[in-house]
Amino acid sequence: MNWNLLGSVLVMIVASYLPRFIPLVFCRKKVKSVFLRSFLFYMPYAVLAGLTFPAIFYATDNVIVSAIGTAVALILSFFRCNMALVAVICVALVFGLSYVL
Amino acid sequence: MKGKEYGKGVLDGIPVALAYLAVSFTFGLSAANFGLSPLVATLISATNLTSAGQFAGINLIAVSASVVEIFFAVLIINARYLLMSLSLTQYLPEKTSVVKRLLMSFFVTDEIFAITNAKAEKLTFAYFMGVATLPYFAWAIGTLCGSLITSILPVTLQNAMNIALYCMFIAIILPPAKKSLPVAVCIGVAVGLSCLFYYTPYLKEISMGIRIIIVSVVTSAVLALIFPVDKKNQNKKEAN
Repeated sequence: MNWNLLGSVLVMIVASYLPRFIPLVFCRKKVKSVFLRSFLFYMPYAVLAGLTFPAIFYATDNVIVSAIGTAVALILSFFRCNMALVAVICVALVFGLSYVL
Repeated sequence: MKGKEYGKGVLDGIPVALAYLAVSFTFGLSAANFGLSPLVATLISATNLTSAGQFAGINLIAVSASVVEIFFAVLIINARYLLMSLSLTQYLPEKTSVVKRLLMSFFVTDEIFAITNAKAEKLTFAYFMGVATLPYFAWAIGTLCGSLITSILPVTLQNAMNIALYCMFIAIILPPAKKSLPVAVCIGVAVGLSCLFYYTPYLKEISMGIRIIIVSVVTSAVLALIFPVDKKNQNKKEAN
């Protein structure tokens, strides 16, 4: 392993750990503000939704195939299908479709 | 008592672990395609334990980005953990020790957060670590397998696997949205804003990490103003 690569991996570790431990170790008081509590409640949904759309359409090299995969993921999730199963079914579907479309 | 909480956590972590196997397998494939050895890919997964940040990190390593650039890109993508960790502190017993908190922080991911946050009132160190256990090993093992197996898999399958991460995200956010109108609105606003940033000239020049932060902060702030969550409401939601 060369030094540059090792350095890159090390900064990735630091950048992954810093934002996780700072609040957990240094913020012990309960947040009283209703606004801040509500903000924290909505934030994870906003992050994941923002990460997923529109990126999911470009996750494979065919937008139509990705869109079909997205639709199936939405339907399966709507009916509370297990998250691992959703992922595997969609990968299989997208894989199959890439030969058809 | 503690063993029981831990055991309950391990069970709740199983779906996350299975999803992680699939997604980390994809990460291993990408890492190998970028020329990283299976050892380095697995080392990254075992020490970072983060999906989007790792994918961005190896993309940058592949284009020989500077260490400083890698640091800030990964930091910005992972900044959402600041908010998740802060949210966890609200439910964690105040007397939980610093050592336990340092250990827990390592395992804060979108999915582990989603599972443990839903248990809000009953969140303890033992339960949290239980949830984290299987997903952690699944993430490392999946990466190792993915990076070893690359040459055998057809490119079309590797390509198809890129969608796994996003499907997992959808599976996390959609069921709560079905039960709570504000959560559904929140997701709608975030998707709309994210697309706006993605497709609008000038705005689309903004990097992915910064885009995610702007979208999530604006969306959560707007929703918090329109649909404030009071204690009673939140309990009702979490009871589901």
